[in-house]
Amino acid sequence: MANKAFNATRGDKLFDIFNILAMTLVLIVTLYPFLNVLAISLNNSTDTVRGGIYLWPRDFTLQNYKTIFQYDGLLQGLQVSILRTIVGTVLGLISSSMIAFTLSRPDFKLRKFVSTALALTMYFSGGLIPVYILMRDLNLIGTFWVYVLPGMISAFNVFIIRSFIDGLPYALQESAKLDGANDFKIYYKIILPLCKPVLATIALFLAVGQWNAWFDTYLYNGSKAHLTTLQYELMKVLQSTQQGSGAGRNANDMAQQMTQISPESIKMAITIVVTVPILIVYPFLQKYFVGGMTLGAVKA
Amino acid sequence: METLTEKSASAKKSSDPNPPTQKRRNRVWDSMKQQKYLYLMSLPFVAWVFVFNYLPLWGWTMAFQNYKPARSFGDQQWVGFKHFAELFSDDRFYLVLRNTLAMSLMGLVIGFIVPIFFAILLNEMKGMFFKRAVQTVSYLPHFVSWVVVAGIITKMLSTDGGIINDLLVNLNIIDQPIQFMAKGNLFWYIVTASDMWKETGWNAIIYLAAITGIDQELYEASRVDGANRWRQMWHITLPGIRTTISVLFIMSIGHLISIGFEKQFLLQNSLVLDYSEVLDLYALNYGLNMGRFSYGTAIGIFNSVVSIILLFTANGLFKKFTKESIM
Repeated sequence: MANKAFNATRGDKLFDIFNILAMTLVLIVTLYPFLNVLAISLNNSTDTVRGGIYLWPRDFTLQNYKTIFQYDGLLQGLQVSILRTIVGTVLGLISSSMIAFTLSRPDFKLRKFVSTALALTMYFSGGLIPVYILMRDLNLIGTFWVYVLPGMISAFNVFIIRSFIDGLPYALQESAKLDGANDFKIYYKIILPLCKPVLATIALFLAVGQWNAWFDTYLYNGSKAHLTTLQYELMKVLQSTQQGSGAGRNANDMAQQMTQISPESIKMAITIVVTVPILIVYPFLQKYFVGGMTLGAVKA
Repeated sequence: METLTEKSASAKKSSDPNPPTQKRRNRVWDSMKQQKYLYLMSLPFVAWVFVFNYLPLWGWTMAFQNYKPARSFGDQQWVGFKHFAELFSDDRFYLVLRNTLAMSLMGLVIGFIVPIFFAILLNEMKGMFFKRAVQTVSYLPHFVSWVVVAGIITKMLSTDGGIINDLLVNLNIIDQPIQFMAKGNLFWYIVTASDMWKETGWNAIIYLAAITGIDQELYEASRVDGANRWRQMWHITLPGIRTTISVLFIMSIGHLISIGFEKQFLLQNSLVLDYSEVLDLYALNYGLNMGRFSYGTAIGIFNSVVSIILLFTANGLFKKFTKESIM
């Protein structure tokens, strides 16, 4: 900054030093766990038990990764996770952008009603059991659709897209109309292409949400081997020992499913497999989500 | 675009005066026909929202019945507030309520204040590259699931090879490794700290964007007046992002509604249950897993009531301190 033009006082220098230290600490605290997990996952699993693995594997091996990829549940889970991420993201984008488009039209008669109905959903939910009963009554339990349908429309996403559309000149729509385009065509041909930045943001939110979800699998599809997701498989494996403190069996019935105890290195290898896709994608999308988050704030 | 002149023509059209009342019905029908695509594009999704967000509210009736899954609604036996009475006379319930309140309030305070400090400090960093690096890295945990985070936290806090214990022992702060995950009275702090680790960078994004928008001349003027960096932060940066702080506070209150149980579910174990069980988990364990749907629903309803109370309390405090209202 322009600080150079002035003589930095001693207090300012002290502050800078303090600040650099604080930020370095943040960097280390955030990164170390990931690097540690990576190192452990690349270490011989019997050697890992001795402890003391920090940033580098002591006894390097890829065996842990070979082992977990031989485990059917993992590949199965990978497929389901990828599928739900793609389907959930696409459906979510289509539905949210369509509603957002109609809500951005000042002449649309249902605008107030729809936006109130949506906004209210941000402040209440039916709760675990009524939702469970609903899924059962809709025959969604034990199907793939229970992953994508219930979370398809989120008011938050709709409002972010809408505020983006509101920022576009309305004259674009009017002139298209005069050229004979109907409302759907306007949405498809004009609004969607212009919304790319905000749609990228929402796509990221949706995709990360889908990829990271595990509780719906636990609740609805835990017993359906062909529908379990990667996160759920990881959850099962991670919970299989409940830390090495010799703690007793978990009181709730969850523990019964998790009898198989995996070595630390195997657990960490699965953790890496689950995490890597996100880590690959997110730096590329960073400029979008920073913009998107800011946009959401301006709107609120 | 190309039709700038036509814009004024259509503007005239849309600014039609209100129609006389007798013609109104026709006009409604006409406009519906005219906007048929808008209706087609929104009504299916309104129906969707109704099914997945509003129908579960109908399920709240279960709390006042002895709900039996096999029976139709008309055949259910109504029992009034019996399940609520049972709930309020259960000792476990008060423990669970305490945990819920403690963890949501701790989460609200930490999740709200720490990101502001982080954003301000990060903004004061001089080296562009280092600043960028810290910022990029700080978002990272937000994108991994709670399953992964819980695994990482458990690993970091473990007694065999966990970095925290290794550090504490090597620095001679403690003699024996602490079994962090087995100590109930530490559970709330572990959950809050995990939350902080996961979301601070992410929550700071908006503050950082807001700080960028502050007029640089203000800083220069204050420097001329002899303000040091601390005073600049206090008198310029903080007031400069005041509106953003308000917005973010609203958002974090919004999250209070979904108090959540993911972290608690994933981080808990049998030794810390007295501190880890929150209302939703209680509903899951005692309601769903035991098939006591009505009782579980009563817990859920109570959970919503608690959320609303928290919301209004937070709003009240906010109003008191900032003289603004968010609702």
